[in-house]
Amino acid sequence: MKLTGKVHRFTPNDDINTDYIISGRYKFKIDDMNELAKHVMEDISPDFSKDVRKGDIIVAGRNFGCGSSREQAPRALKAAGVSAVVAKSYARIFYRSSFNVGLPLLECDTDWINAGDELTLDLDKGEVVDNSIGKTAKAVAIPRTMQTLLADGGLIQHLKKHGGFALE
Amino acid sequence: MGKTIAEKVLSSHSESDCAAGDIVIASVDFAMSQDGTSTMMIRELQELGFEGPKTKRGMAIVIDHNSPCPSVDVAKIHKTIRDYALSKSIPIHDVGEGVCHQVVPESGKALPGDLVVGADSHTCTYGALNACSTGLGSSDVAAAAFTGKLWFKVPETYLINVEGGFVPRVGAKDLALKVIGSLTADGATYKSVEFSGEAIDSMAMDGRFTVANISVEMGAKFCPFAFDKTTADWLTSRGIKTGLPVSSDYDCKYEKDFDFDASDLIPIVSKPHAVDNVSDATDLRDVQIQQAFLGTCTNGRLSDLRAAAEILKGKHVKKGVRFIVAPASRAIYLEAMEKGVVSELLKAGASFVAPGCGPCVGAHAGIPSDGDNVISTANRNFKGRMGNNKDVGIYLASPETVAASALTGNITDPREV
Repeated sequence: MKLTGKVHRFTPNDDINTDYIISGRYKFKIDDMNELAKHVMEDISPDFSKDVRKGDIIVAGRNFGCGSSREQAPRALKAAGVSAVVAKSYARIFYRSSFNVGLPLLECDTDWINAGDELTLDLDKGEVVDNSIGKTAKAVAIPRTMQTLLADGGLIQHLKKHGGFALE
Repeated sequence: MGKTIAEKVLSSHSESDCAAGDIVIASVDFAMSQDGTSTMMIRELQELGFEGPKTKRGMAIVIDHNSPCPSVDVAKIHKTIRDYALSKSIPIHDVGEGVCHQVVPESGKALPGDLVVGADSHTCTYGALNACSTGLGSSDVAAAAFTGKLWFKVPETYLINVEGGFVPRVGAKDLALKVIGSLTADGATYKSVEFSGEAIDSMAMDGRFTVANISVEMGAKFCPFAFDKTTADWLTSRGIKTGLPVSSDYDCKYEKDFDFDASDLIPIVSKPHAVDNVSDATDLRDVQIQQAFLGTCTNGRLSDLRAAAEILKGKHVKKGVRFIVAPASRAIYLEAMEKGVVSELLKAGASFVAPGCGPCVGAHAGIPSDGDNVISTANRNFKGRMGNNKDVGIYLASPETVAASALTGNITDPREV
């Protein structure tokens, strides 16, 4: 699968936690992901939810999604239109949850990618192409377990389809 | 070659002989969820046609994050949770029982040798009881409850050896912050972390809960402590069985090992806005604080309340400092009351809020004002964490440092008061 979208970057670049992705101020009282999407990244980028367009891609440094286990984080990003995240590394819970809810993550060096660039991600090949500067980079291949979950439409659909876990 | 605790627990729960790096489908003993994560889990369970948990000891939902309920919007969420739990006979720990990570161990559902999952990142807390327990998103917890199983990658293990003894007014929280500051926020991502050594052997259960709880702030997946007499006494004194304790083999493979000396430790504080941004408390005496918070799943236990009370006994917090206390559970609150700890804290100016998460997650019960500095025994100090992102600085510290700072109005090394 290929995805193309505009790059969004943030300060800080590393350790963007799930509180920053969706604050407890909202996630405890709002149960509708489309409503939560209006507040994604608000504490570090107040205008992000207005600027983001369907298909856009978040690019970050190390340990993206650390902190709270709130599954609202990947769900609200998806509801806001974010099609994928590219980062140097991810926190464990966010990594699992993102694939569980159908938000693909790619892992590679990201220092060379600029905000506003247009990226094309090839999830099968694990390739990141920056169309704005004409550069291609190899990402870590998505593990087969995660590819299966993504292809089945997330964890719950995977369980429904197979009547249990069908992972290698 | 021998096995680590994580390799043994995942082997026994998957009926396989697994090692770090393998992916296994393992039986889960217990699943937990709280009011901030349960509605998604419920929708997922409904989609799966859930009729009841297949996990060995079932599941529970704890209403602790917004407890008691602060608004009509949250009241609707709580009602959804209560109605569903009732319809499926899922035990619910309602308002005032306490923080999930204290209520679950007290309920005897997380035992030595267990594999436990929870829709809360600090589920690693039960590692203190020699369990492999970990936080997950709502989908994974729903899957575990529905199938009784979950897939896991067997983690590599780090060994953190802590020799020596703590000096007075320095303890488990200072050690944990020192370790996180040294390993950094992603220094143990995906890893199982085993603590060992003289300082750990002599550490009381409350301290072990503190360390296991906050291990996720360096990315740890599990933080299983060895089972010993201290663990056994904690369980049996509550009428809880001792499970199937697991120990790591002498010849197991640790991916990395680290050495710390407890006798070198001094009070440590995490500065805004990251847990690994640590400093010595003595270097922060110019920082004025407007609020002090004692509580949470990290440090809301009896010994934490008692440590603060010993510093505040017969004194009063500085004028202008709001001192908020949230005991981690009703049982702890009651014990603290019976032992006179509550009255000492009240006389010193404390405001008690209901057992639960208190103001840690920014939903209620002590949201700071613009420009405030807060010193807190919690585990996270991210910008906006306590509900206000406008120039609010959250400093994390031990109960002793929080009490000493409340007393002086500035961040204070508790050995100086």
